[in-house]
Amino acid sequence: MDIINLVSSLFITIGALSIIVGLLGVYRMPDFYTRLHAASIIDTLGTMLILFGLILYYGLNIVSLKLLLILIFILITTPTAAHALAKSALHGNLKPILKDD
Amino acid sequence: MSKYDIFFHKISLIISLAFLWVMLSGHYTPLLLSLGLLSVLIVAIISSRMNLIIFDQPILQLYFIKFIPYGFWLIFQIIKSNIDVCKRILNPKLPISPRLVTVRSSQLSNFAKVIYANSITLTPGTISIDLDGSDIEVHSLSKIGAEGLKAGDMDRKITSAEANPYV
Amino acid sequence: MFEIPTFIILFAMLLALVLAIISKTVYDKILAVNIFGTVTVLFITLFGFLTKRPDFLDIALVYALINFISTIAILKFFEYGDISRSSTKNEQGDI
Repeated sequence: MDIINLVSSLFITIGALSIIVGLLGVYRMPDFYTRLHAASIIDTLGTMLILFGLILYYGLNIVSLKLLLILIFILITTPTAAHALAKSALHGNLKPILKDD
Repeated sequence: MSKYDIFFHKISLIISLAFLWVMLSGHYTPLLLSLGLLSVLIVAIISSRMNLIIFDQPILQLYFIKFIPYGFWLIFQIIKSNIDVCKRILNPKLPISPRLVTVRSSQLSNFAKVIYANSITLTPGTISIDLDGSDIEVHSLSKIGAEGLKAGDMDRKITSAEANPYV
Repeated sequence: MFEIPTFIILFAMLLALVLAIISKTVYDKILAVNIFGTVTVLFITLFGFLTKRPDFLDIALVYALINFISTIAILKFFEYGDISRSSTKNEQGDI
């Protein structure tokens, strides 16, 4: 039991730190489209780690089912929102910075 | 679409909404159950009036079950590319080289195309910007991500999952 | 043991709000508000576990829904100046 608690708190702490890393990326990136990449770290890694840690902590019951529902919902909706943002920015004549190497 | 299809779509919508309500509610007194039934019917009526019931596959046919093995593979890919993008962000030099590439999708149904475009956006480092027919315009953060996408691993996996027979 | 991640997430919410204030273009501001919404959903779930009240999960679910719909609505309003219009002539609206 103690080991499960330890592992789940480890997951949640790593998830919270990855959210901070994603926000740092959003602050550092040069233009809007690259900022979207940094924001998708928050939407995938941070959300998955934190909600998975909470599911591990609670075991199998109705609460973890709801957590799983929140996770699936976020994983479906956030790429849709990111795609809509990128598409409307491209149609709004916001040019991406391109660099070839 | 025939009349029977539309009827089946509506019944499938009502049953899946009722299942969701029962799962989320946790209270099973007669008053709350009848209120839940009322809200399910109102949602079904509103969405059929908005012409939202024109999907390819109704939810009750369990079309999405075919893609569950692909989902586990996708989670693995997401973790790998997350580590890559995190390394790039934490590097003081910020080694990014953003580029636009166009990839072709070989899926047949709209459902599988949406899954492909969404999984491109879900993996950090690549974002699908525009979907025109079967061409997807992708903004990629690095050369490695763009080349990995052009190799077409993800595309092939979704197409083979789509071709599977029903479980 | 969940206190430290909760405080980190609270700090992340503060950073997202500052980002929404200092960024220049409309799209950057919408992105910052979207990040703020996602982080808030996670904060609500963690807060529910800290106070031993899993009922907070329902609020988190509703918040996730509203976050997505508000992002789409604001984008649509800025692109077309109208929320109810669909961008193609088809009957199916698209985002």
